[in-house]
Amino acid sequence: MESIRIEKTRKTPDVTFNADTGKIQIEGKSIPENSIEFYKPLVDWLEEYGKNPQENTEVNIKLEYFNTSSSKCILDVFKKLETIYKNGNNVVINWYYEEDDEDMLEAGEDYQSILKIPFKMIEMEE
Amino acid sequence: MSFDLLQWYRKNTENDVLVSYLGSVSEDVISSLLDKLEDVLEKKNIDLKTLKKIYHISVEALQNLYHHSDAPKIPKNKSAIEKNVVFILKKIKDSENKCRYYVITGNFINKSNTRVLKERIDQLNFLSKDEIKILYKLILNNDQFSEKGGGGLGMIDLVKRSGNNLTYNFYNFDSNYIFFTLRIAI
Repeated sequence: MESIRIEKTRKTPDVTFNADTGKIQIEGKSIPENSIEFYKPLVDWLEEYGKNPQENTEVNIKLEYFNTSSSKCILDVFKKLETIYKNGNNVVINWYYEEDDEDMLEAGEDYQSILKIPFKMIEMEE
Repeated sequence: MSFDLLQWYRKNTENDVLVSYLGSVSEDVISSLLDKLEDVLEKKNIDLKTLKKIYHISVEALQNLYHHSDAPKIPKNKSAIEKNVVFILKKIKDSENKCRYYVITGNFINKSNTRVLKERIDQLNFLSKDEIKILYKLILNNDQFSEKGGGGLGMIDLVKRSGNNLTYNFYNFDSNYIFFTLRIAI
């Protein structure tokens, strides 16, 4: 299976979905006008990856900003990961937030409360 | 009397303006306004938390304009203000000399949408902080996207992040269009 590698732009994050290592990372800003267009290939990829996932899948989310339409798409990404987890695989989501960024911590906690999947909140010092 | 956009814009940009824009809205316009806003705010030496709040609210407010503006057909003899929107960021000192930031937006909407929009904002203004949080999570998890690609969270996010009620106005433009203004205190 091919991995995904997308460089960041002014409005979209840096993305690495590695099928060989099971490492998934989304980092930067996610504020596109059309979020579905950006996230659909990622959700589709996870659907495929979920058929034969690595033993351990580690997800690192390091978002600086995201808009509300991205927030729904990110939930779709997490729901695919939740399915992989429910099928008996190890999946952990690491939610990074900057020191003092209560809004970003709260956003992570919102996802945590919706999903049944191991979720770690990690504070980054500046 | 019909609503005069230019006059309204001038009046609202007389003082305390950090960023202001009157014109059409596109993805590129939003990008350059956000760049400008970041630039201006970084020079102001404001704390990171406030900067992030202003940035978030501005992104959401601008994208609301992008997704939900309607365009009245302007008679040719009037100045070209077709599909125009307004975005203003202000910093105002209150009576206690404390600084507050305001994001003000304006856009045309079809008259027929006025009631729904008014009811929606009134409802959000009426809810407590905890209720806003609950409603936000419900909509986040409802698996629905509108035809315009929005997730139905734009307006509620403005209330949630600012922690303040939204102030709005509807100005009669012509028999079909209303100019809708929104003021968010941060």
